Amino acid sequence: MDNLTRRRFLTMSGVTAAGALAVGATQVSWSDLMSAAVQNPLSSEDSVLVVVTLYGGNDGLNTVVPAADPAYQKARPDLAYEANEVLDLGEGLGFNPGLKGLKGFWDDKSLAIVRGVGYPEPDRSHFRSMAIWQTASPKTPVPTGWLGRWLDAAGADPLHAVSVEPTLPPLLAGATTAAASLPVRGLKLPAGKVGTAFAALGQPSSGEEHWQAQAAKSLQDLQNAVKVLGGAVHDQPEKEDDEDEQRTKGASAGGGSQLGAQLELVAGLVEAGVPTRAYSVSLGGFDTHADERGTQQRLLTELDGALTPFVQRLRKSDRGRQVIVVVYSEFGRRVSANGSDGTDHGTAGPLFVIGDKVQGGFYGEQPSLTDLSNGDLKATTDFRDVYATVLRDVLDADAGQILDGHKGSVDGLLKV
Amino acid sequence: MGEISERSAVRRLCDRLGFGPAPGELDAGFEATLARRLSTAADAATTPPPVLTPPQPTKAPRKGAKQKGADENGADQDKTAADRAAKKAANKARAAQEAKLIGWWLDRMVASDRATERLTWFWHGHFATSNQKVRSAPLMLAQNQTFRTHARGSFTDLAQALVVDAAMIRWLDGNDNREGSPNENLAREFLELFTLGIGHYSEVDVFEGARALTGWTVRRTSAKAVFVPARHDSGDKTILGKSGEFGAKEFVDLALAKPESAEFVIGRLWFRLVSSTPPSAETVRRLVAAYGSKRDIGAVLKAMVAEAAFRDSASALVKQPVEWAVGLMRALGIQPAKLDDKTRVMLLAALRGMGQLPLRPPSVGGWPSGASWLTTSAGVTRLRLAQLLARKAELGQLQKSSARVDGVRVLLGVDAWSSRTKDALAGLTDPAQLTAVAACAPEYVVSG
Repeated sequence: MDNLTRRRFLTMSGVTAAGALAVGATQVSWSDLMSAAVQNPLSSEDSVLVVVTLYGGNDGLNTVVPAADPAYQKARPDLAYEANEVLDLGEGLGFNPGLKGLKGFWDDKSLAIVRGVGYPEPDRSHFRSMAIWQTASPKTPVPTGWLGRWLDAAGADPLHAVSVEPTLPPLLAGATTAAASLPVRGLKLPAGKVGTAFAALGQPSSGEEHWQAQAAKSLQDLQNAVKVLGGAVHDQPEKEDDEDEQRTKGASAGGGSQLGAQLELVAGLVEAGVPTRAYSVSLGGFDTHADERGTQQRLLTELDGALTPFVQRLRKSDRGRQVIVVVYSEFGRRVSANGSDGTDHGTAGPLFVIGDKVQGGFYGEQPSLTDLSNGDLKATTDFRDVYATVLRDVLDADAGQILDGHKGSVDGLLKV
Repeated sequence: MGEISERSAVRRLCDRLGFGPAPGELDAGFEATLARRLSTAADAATTPPPVLTPPQPTKAPRKGAKQKGADENGADQDKTAADRAAKKAANKARAAQEAKLIGWWLDRMVASDRATERLTWFWHGHFATSNQKVRSAPLMLAQNQTFRTHARGSFTDLAQALVVDAAMIRWLDGNDNREGSPNENLAREFLELFTLGIGHYSEVDVFEGARALTGWTVRRTSAKAVFVPARHDSGDKTILGKSGEFGAKEFVDLALAKPESAEFVIGRLWFRLVSSTPPSAETVRRLVAAYGSKRDIGAVLKAMVAEAAFRDSASALVKQPVEWAVGLMRALGIQPAKLDDKTRVMLLAALRGMGQLPLRPPSVGGWPSGASWLTTSAGVTRLRLAQLLARKAELGQLQKSSARVDGVRVLLGVDAWSSRTKDALAGLTDPAQLTAVAACAPEYVVSG
């Protein structure tokens, strides 16, 4: 029944120190965006980043499956996929059977799998680990997200980010700038006297208290958002969520639903030439502590069913061909199954990068199933290497400045 | 920042220990308002909970080896049309029960002038449990009543009740936590989000805690969890530096005994009821003293509103969508239970659109706060809901008034309009339109 309530991020409730928006240091710069849309629409040369966050900790080993590895079969007797069940990717690995569309992109070399992605001293809290991924700061909590800092650094340039969710994930919160949020069903305001009066509430009022000023600013931003984006949004009827037990079994760690609708909206915005360079969408439900196989396969099928038409649609336009999709989760899960046919919180996992500009194939080493750290996979690729690569090659940014001097990258990942 | 006026302090008290002022409520003094909010006498303005039939026993989902048989054609292939129809009907019945329960609770929030209801709402966000996964209105109601019973009582009692709460156990996979195969979900969130906060426990404490919680089980036909000794791991555990044959009760006692726990719980209350700026060390010391060995929540509330920070103009909070909508219904004299079905459905849809439907927190971490609610998309829905509610309200007093703009200010219990808002509202003559737009003004969206 629901689609909008689940999409938000936990640090904002103040449960961890990294509450990017709890401090309220953010402003939605819609006026910049509006003038940019008129004067400088998205060039068909500009690359666009779409970040897909899988909330709950997706089980990497049952996503990119080392089915032929006896250690894998031994660790999860009731949970393992047989080699003949998975979609062969080579090197002893195969996709979960739910990922048929993505297998097609793998075959035509537009999908890259970065293996063993994680960070040093992994944290098994959903909230802390998601904060680490979204802020790109594994050691100390910081109040800004990595794309938020990119927004800050982009300065006067017409570079902007949009979250297709009712609230903003911290990854899009900068120190001075925050991305705008847009609901799947679009923005519509009444006309006439009510519309005029409502618009006037967005005027700043001198000496106003911080939060009231923020509230006024959000109404001002809304007016501009409607002008810029309102036309690009389809007013589609809300689809009923298929909320059965299997689908919701791993739902306690947040994230969105209706990924397909979120991505449809993004595709429409890209095609319309809205000058947005980064989008954030999400899918929740991956916290599969119990009866994992059915639940995860179903979610991966949902992911596949949303991403496949999205990527195919984007291939049909010049602007669309500039889009690069990154799919990640806050951690993988333990190598061994628990006693409930599920897995508990683990560490490193695979990350996908998809698009026409992607050099398909494997990157990073597959973590060993025998050389473990406390029963967990050892990360072989630092997640910031991926961020640095997309900041440099997709967003044309100085990655070191945004990632606190981080040096690594994933070479050859993107065609530049 | 300066101190707010006495009348503003009364209004703030109504906002923070309730869901905003009802008409006339601001004419009472601070102490009288506080006494009414914290009264322990029976609350006359409440209706008994809805009768919810227990969940129908359904076939247990196939798991393990059988599920492995799900081939690429999908696991549902062998389901007959009759199965699917039955499943659809069951889902529909469940959704209807959930809507009924939410309607009842919203009604209580609107009607009651006690802090109990506001604290029940707070604890729902603290021990955030979603019916998305629990899938049982009766279990959610039982948990809701537990929040209400202990809302202003002892945090010890509340935490002890929640660790074996049926909805909580379903939500955090407690049914899968048994001897020999501990499931860490509940133990971890109990330490991280409910009692101690991150950094005050280790991975070993999570694992050993999960062992202590083994045995507590929810059967499909009961709204209460039962302890099944055969599933309990009765061996020695070491939790937070102590060793023994611990069970659920000891696990909670050990967590609450850590000195960091009091500060954590108090910090969470402060963050939602006073200010997003953390309390000073001095304030914390006073609040911890009030909390005491009884872990007295009511005493903390009294101590909080006596703090200077409670009257600081900087201690403003963005109203959460439920707080805003309930406050508006209180001001407009609208009882959700008396709304027609269609309007009630639209009310719930609007709350969902603003990102906050009761019984559906986004995750076990609860709802966000502050700027997270001030999004472009929530702004559209807020106006739409304000228009809907204003059309249902009796606004005769704004009909002929020559001072409508001030009239709507008094109606909503706003301290003062800025000149910006006065100008914006000046062009509206229709009372419902005026009220709807006024309810979206920054002065009302934020609890100043």
